Parts: sequence; structure tokens; C-alpha cells
Amino acid sequence: MEVKNWIKIEFPSESVNVMFARTAIALFASQLELTLEEIEEIKVAVSEAVSNCVIHAYRNSYGNIVLTAQYSDAELEVTVEDFGCGIPDIEQASEASFTTIPEERMGLGLVFIHELMDHVTITSAVGKGTKVVMTKTVPENRG
Amino acid sequence: MLSSETVNGALIITLEGELDLHTAPPFKQYVDEQLAGNDLIKDLILRMDKIKFIDSSGLGVILGRYKQIQKRGGRLIFVACSPQVYRILKLSGMQKIAYFTDSVKEALSL
Repeated sequence: MEVKNWIKIEFPSESVNVMFARTAIALFASQLELTLEEIEEIKVAVSEAVSNCVIHAYRNSYGNIVLTAQYSDAELEVTVEDFGCGIPDIEQASEASFTTIPEERMGLGLVFIHELMDHVTITSAVGKGTKVVMTKTVPENRG
Repeated sequence: MLSSETVNGALIITLEGELDLHTAPPFKQYVDEQLAGNDLIKDLILRMDKIKFIDSSGLGVILGRYKQIQKRGGRLIFVACSPQVYRILKLSGMQKIAYFTDSVKEALSL
């Protein structure tokens, strides 16, 4: 992928930054030939990924979250990385209704990410952190 | 951000802005206070036309309130969702448990 533009933002795991992160990504994604619906999908996916960092990765602590994004003519790639507790079983965590915090949580965060983005890769190491790489393809007939 | 009224045993809440991890706790507290203060409330009607964004954290607190009114024999009714918000609600399976209408009047006549 020939990278045409990129951003990197680091911020603490405060819940107020979830909105900041999705708004920043929406602005960055608006440089591409994406529909409003596609940008909305990216916003929800980023909101879920960053929320997961705040709620799960840094469950009883605070830490930093790194949001990076880059695009080519063909796709937008967004990465959300934390340095928190990690996910022991990614497959199980990706199942609908799986949550480690049943009270008020639907367990749909990762389900939404997989549903709304075209390609998703999650890598995680217990005690070290989690990295979620999500891509959105820009349809060929645009741009 | 939030306002409400009670009509014929239905609590009508008008939501505004974005419902996510940060804004869900005050919404939860507000609705819980309304429900705790009035045993006659059965249905929960959520006016969504001013909601610009919702994610699974927002859906989670709505589901939690649904469980409360369900115990009272009440229903959850969403009014005037934007297409974007409706899509997320549908993706979560909310349409299986809740009603969707275009107006409060329609919601009250269900």
C-alpha cells in the first residue's frame, strides 16, 4: 500500500477521549472518497476499540492509547493500541455477548468492529497489551 | 442533555448528542432516578431524533434500563431514530426486543 497520508495520536485512557478519537478519525477519513455511512461505520468501530482500551485493557488502572491511521488510494487502515492487560483468548472475546463485565455491557464491541470494517486483525499478549488493526476498503470506482 | 415527561405511565426521555462510554453513566443515573421515583411508570419511550451517535456502551445502558421496565411489564420504544443510529440498534438485535416509531404520539398509542 502506497501511503499517501498518516496520523498518530497518543492520549490517556479517559472515557472522554473515546469521542475525541472517533471524531479525529472521522476528520482524517473525510480526506478519502468515502460515503457518510462508511465514515459512520469507521467512527463506531474506533469508538468500540478505544472504549475496550478504557474499560478492559486498563480496567483498574490508567495508561496510554495510541491511535494511528494511514491511507492509500485503495484503503484506510486504523490501528488502536494499548499497553494494558491483554486478551487471553481473542476468539472467545470476539463472540457476541462475551464480556468480562456483564453489568451494563452487551459484549458487542468486537462484534461491531468485525461487522463494520472490511478487515480486522487483533494481536494481544497478556500483561503487555492489545493491538487492533482495522481496514476499510475504498471502492475502486471512486476517486 | 436530558429531559423527560411522564404520560399515561410512560416515561418519555429526550436524548441529545452522543451516547457512548463517557455519556452513558449520566444517562443511566437520570433514567434510574426517574424510574425509582415513580412506580407507575411502565413503558420507556426514548426520543432519538437529537442523538447523533451511539455505540455498544450506549446500547448497554439502554438494555439495562429495558431489563428494569420489563420487570414492570413495560415496553421499550425508540422514536425517530436517524438511519445511522437505527443501523447500530439493528446490528445489536435491539429490534427483537424494542418497538420503533416515528413519533411520540404513535409510541403512546401502541
